[in-house]
Amino acid sequence: MQHKAPAEAVAATGEYKYGFTTDIDTDILPPGLSEDTIRYISAQKQEPEWLLNFRLKAYRKWLTMKMPEWAHLDIPPIDYQAISYYAAPVKKEGPKSLDEVDPQLIDTFNKLGIPLQEQKQLAGMAVDAVMDSVSVKTTHRQLLADKGVIFCSISEAVREYPDLVRRYLGSVVPASDNFFAALNSAVFSDGSFVYIPKGVRCPMELSTYFRINAKGTGQFERTLIVADDDSYVSYLEGCTAPMRDENQLHAAIVEIVVENRAEVKYSTVQNWYAGDRDGRGGIYNFVTKRGLCRGRDSKLSWTQVETGSAITWKYPSCVLAGEGATGEFYSVAVTNNRQQADTGTKMIHLAPNTRSTIVSKGISAGRSQNSYRGQVKVVASAHGCRNYTQCDSLLLGPDCGAHTFPYIDVMNDSSVVEHEATTSKINEEQIFYCNQRGIPTEEAVGLIVNGYAKEVMNKLPMEFAVEAQKLLQISLEGSVG
Amino acid sequence: MNALRQYTDLYNAHCKDIDAHAPALLNELRPRAFEALQGKELPDTHTEGYERTSLDEMMTPDRGLNIMRLGHSFDLSTAIRCELPNVSTLQAYLVGDTFVPTEGLDRRLPEGVIFTSLARACEQWPDIIKPRLGTLADLNDVPTALNTLLCQDGAVVRIPAGTHLEKPLQIVNVFDGAEPQMAVRRLLVIVEKDASAMILTCDHSKSDTHSCLSLQVTEAWLDEGASLDICDMEETAASNARCSRLYVSQQTGSQLRANIVTLSCGTTRNDMRTDINGEHCRTEINGMAICTDRRHADNCSVVRHLQPRSHSRQLFKYVLDDYAQGAFEGSILVAPTAPYTEAYQSNRNVLASSTARMHTRPQLEIYNDEVSCSHGAATGQLDEQALFYMRTRGIPEREARMMLMQAFMSDVIDSVSIPGLADRLRHLTEMRFRGDTAVCGDCPAK
Repeated sequence: MQHKAPAEAVAATGEYKYGFTTDIDTDILPPGLSEDTIRYISAQKQEPEWLLNFRLKAYRKWLTMKMPEWAHLDIPPIDYQAISYYAAPVKKEGPKSLDEVDPQLIDTFNKLGIPLQEQKQLAGMAVDAVMDSVSVKTTHRQLLADKGVIFCSISEAVREYPDLVRRYLGSVVPASDNFFAALNSAVFSDGSFVYIPKGVRCPMELSTYFRINAKGTGQFERTLIVADDDSYVSYLEGCTAPMRDENQLHAAIVEIVVENRAEVKYSTVQNWYAGDRDGRGGIYNFVTKRGLCRGRDSKLSWTQVETGSAITWKYPSCVLAGEGATGEFYSVAVTNNRQQADTGTKMIHLAPNTRSTIVSKGISAGRSQNSYRGQVKVVASAHGCRNYTQCDSLLLGPDCGAHTFPYIDVMNDSSVVEHEATTSKINEEQIFYCNQRGIPTEEAVGLIVNGYAKEVMNKLPMEFAVEAQKLLQISLEGSVG
Repeated sequence: MNALRQYTDLYNAHCKDIDAHAPALLNELRPRAFEALQGKELPDTHTEGYERTSLDEMMTPDRGLNIMRLGHSFDLSTAIRCELPNVSTLQAYLVGDTFVPTEGLDRRLPEGVIFTSLARACEQWPDIIKPRLGTLADLNDVPTALNTLLCQDGAVVRIPAGTHLEKPLQIVNVFDGAEPQMAVRRLLVIVEKDASAMILTCDHSKSDTHSCLSLQVTEAWLDEGASLDICDMEETAASNARCSRLYVSQQTGSQLRANIVTLSCGTTRNDMRTDINGEHCRTEINGMAICTDRRHADNCSVVRHLQPRSHSRQLFKYVLDDYAQGAFEGSILVAPTAPYTEAYQSNRNVLASSTARMHTRPQLEIYNDEVSCSHGAATGQLDEQALFYMRTRGIPEREARMMLMQAFMSDVIDSVSIPGLADRLRHLTEMRFRGDTAVCGDCPAK
């Protein structure tokens, strides 16, 4: 039986399972960013004039903006001219069937455990796989089309459903929203588009897997989800990247529009490469995610399990603009080694009788810094609102840090906002109890952490919950993956 | 806007007069303060940490500074009476920023205790004052640097080692109110090894016709095993503004209990920074604010645990009515060098009208795993069921609301340890909730 101190048990580092690279011919644009780069991307994707203008406007705005410095993060300077903004697996024509898809590519996704193949339909999940800048394959198209559900890559949506895309793109996260949103709006290459028509309950979980493969590239994907009246969809997102010594930038935007009585559930298991023990390499994950609950009694629920990335800067938000709308945020953020995370949520109550719940569980180990930053705002006209926030931090080791920065603004007398936060170390009595019963410390830590995070894990769809639970346990034991 | 400019210009024009009417030890600090202010501006709503309170706006109106140290024109003994019920205190006034002792104060002080004006203390006891004055205050903080640049007087309290001062010391800050006035005050509190003291400061204004501003910096030193109870009570008028800074350094085994009370001031910004530099310290910081009309109260409290095995607790409560706005920023920092820390913080607020606003930011920054820390914040209303219950028992709604608000504040009031002060505070808060101006007992001042 092993009797390591919890800190030691956590410090042992193993290997990142998704750290392989795939030898696929990739069409990479040389590094650098200018209006020409944007025109090139737009031309490559045969985009209409309005979208090019949208990009150029965002780019010009971006040039006037400065990188935000308020986060509790130590971000080394990023040379935006040293990044390649477009990388696509080379292909002749779009693959008509799976046989035409590069077998190497299928291998990649098989390694990731993604049921890309049509015969795996029974797995019961529609998948859009995005590799580097381009969406490579979307499964279950027909079944979804029968229901009227649109699930495709965003570049395809621009071609096939330009009206829908034009109407909603940038309506939740405007191009000028922040530094990284402006950058993404200028150079976004691909991503997923989902439209659920009125009264439709999406028959299966929709899922996107993001993968950065090429060297020296950034990934800038964009997801747009529109849930029309009385519809329901559950959307899953997973991400991995190869192990490299360099830092790669991932700046994505997720926009969600929820109409009357519709419900959207958005789950993320973020497992980008986190860098090695000494903090070399890893992904910079600077993401803007926001949902607009526009309709009456609409509901948006964010669930995230964050284990990867060298630096995370991410605040999935709910703008509760429809009366009686509900926003939820459940998060587990784990940082180990030299990872840094500044993550949380914003709940903006604009309409009366809106409700929001925030449950955030932070776990820091090694020499990492883990911050929760969240805003709850109730405007004067939003009567009868209710918010409950709970954020707990668990510290595993003497050199890590856990921080909480909530911003609470209440502007009327009929709303109730509550916030609670605790920070403590892992309970030694519980570890002792496990040790006594023959469970080594390493396993005991995993067990306790999983129990601690259970409230959030329970919110994940089944397929993800199992994966996330494993991920959590091993990312702390050290053998990340 | 750049209100700071008018003050630096004033300094440039009158630095000789300022120096001529101030003690040399204070004058020595000015060049560094002036340098620290170069290229800076007073924080406004675009500055992190000041989103709700613009000090730039607060300090823009042109108010008179008593640079030439002119005497006041009213008789203190008839103008103001500020006594604690059934408790005798050692009392002195700060009229604007001029220290005025009550009669026979020096005689009543135990041996070795200093309670006098900063100017006099600097001359008589430079070896005590010099190592402590200006060493805690952070000149990177613009209001602190501005205070250091313009300050000419204030008060000094020093309790020698081993002395337990039983009578509370009371500093009554008075504004004449006959003209717009700004008081730049400096307080230095030194509680030496194993000594203890209780200090009550209360702010008053003789009339509310003109806008008066106090810019006050307090440095408090708690040596090993020292104990200090400090209550800072503000009861001026809606036309007034207040910007205060309290810097505390605690050594091993010391105990601090601070109460920050805001009752009537128009715009208030209080910053407290407590550094725990020794083991086994206890720190308790409680605050309350009652704001009506368009009043504005902003408290910012930072407790920094730099050494192991200390305990801190912060509790701030606000009741906001009409168009009042409240802000609170509380922060607990636990350094890597401070394991076995226990630190708690709580902020509770009642919004009594649909137009009142509360902004709160409780923060934790923890760099150590051997800690137990928590914070909580809640903003809501009075319990409807409790109101209903009281009304069914024949208590009119207005009365019932008042009783509930009073009950809401009771834990902050009860935490005041200075004898007699809790009763006085209970009386004052009740008057505030009734909508009257808070006036103690038989005080003739408003």
